[in-house]
Amino acid sequence: MATKNDESTFVYVTFIRTSPERLWSALTDPDFMKQYWFGVHFRTDWKPGARWEMLYSDGRVTDAGEIIEFDPPKRIVLKWHHELRPELKAEGFAYCTIELEPVSDAVKLTITHTMNRAESKLIQAVSGGWPRILSNLKSLLETGQIVLKQ
Amino acid sequence: MQDDAVFKALADPSRRQLLDRLHEKNGQTLGELCEGLDMTRQAVAKHLAILKAANLLSWKRQGRERLHFINPVPINEIAERWISKFEQPRLSALSKLKKRLEKQDGN
Repeated sequence: MATKNDESTFVYVTFIRTSPERLWSALTDPDFMKQYWFGVHFRTDWKPGARWEMLYSDGRVTDAGEIIEFDPPKRIVLKWHHELRPELKAEGFAYCTIELEPVSDAVKLTITHTMNRAESKLIQAVSGGWPRILSNLKSLLETGQIVLKQ
Repeated sequence: MQDDAVFKALADPSRRQLLDRLHEKNGQTLGELCEGLDMTRQAVAKHLAILKAANLLSWKRQGRERLHFINPVPINEIAERWISKFEQPRLSALSKLKKRLEKQDGN
């Protein structure tokens, strides 16, 4: 069996009718990100090796980590560490890969989130959030409006 | 864009069963997905290709094997298309309830 039992992964894919450049800026511009990230915002300078932080509006850091790869407009790899809930924090680092690939008049956006442990609670927690974030991002780019405000 | 493909893909019980199995354990190989099923390997592969075309499934290579992952994004889009309108009042009702209860606690 090829499935590694000591790994938790999800792979989420959405196709968005836009250009890779527009999608890239939607994924990396902190002001734009606020519109579809459900009340959190990002702080980073997006340089490989730099720290990134995801914050609530009251300043609490919910997740943070390191920019591993930053290759516009194709690929971002983040080292990912949860900071708030003790049981998720205890799990240590996960990796999140964001890939953009042009497909006819759309862009295929793939989010892969992996942690080297079976049944990771962090992976479980983020896998509830990503489909909503991606649906919101898709609507925002295709229609200019978000579906869910909270 | 792909609503028809999503609904057609979900209309088949075998394909829903495959999604159920991935929901239970994500990242399975074709061989694992075939285990205990009353379908040929070719039939399972064909169903997986239809699910992939509807973007309900994605796969990634790992060595010689291909791992399959359920992709709930299109289902979430369908849910939001018809449900988000109804969800909003529920959320605001919950937040009103929370405020009222907290107020009572404070008294």
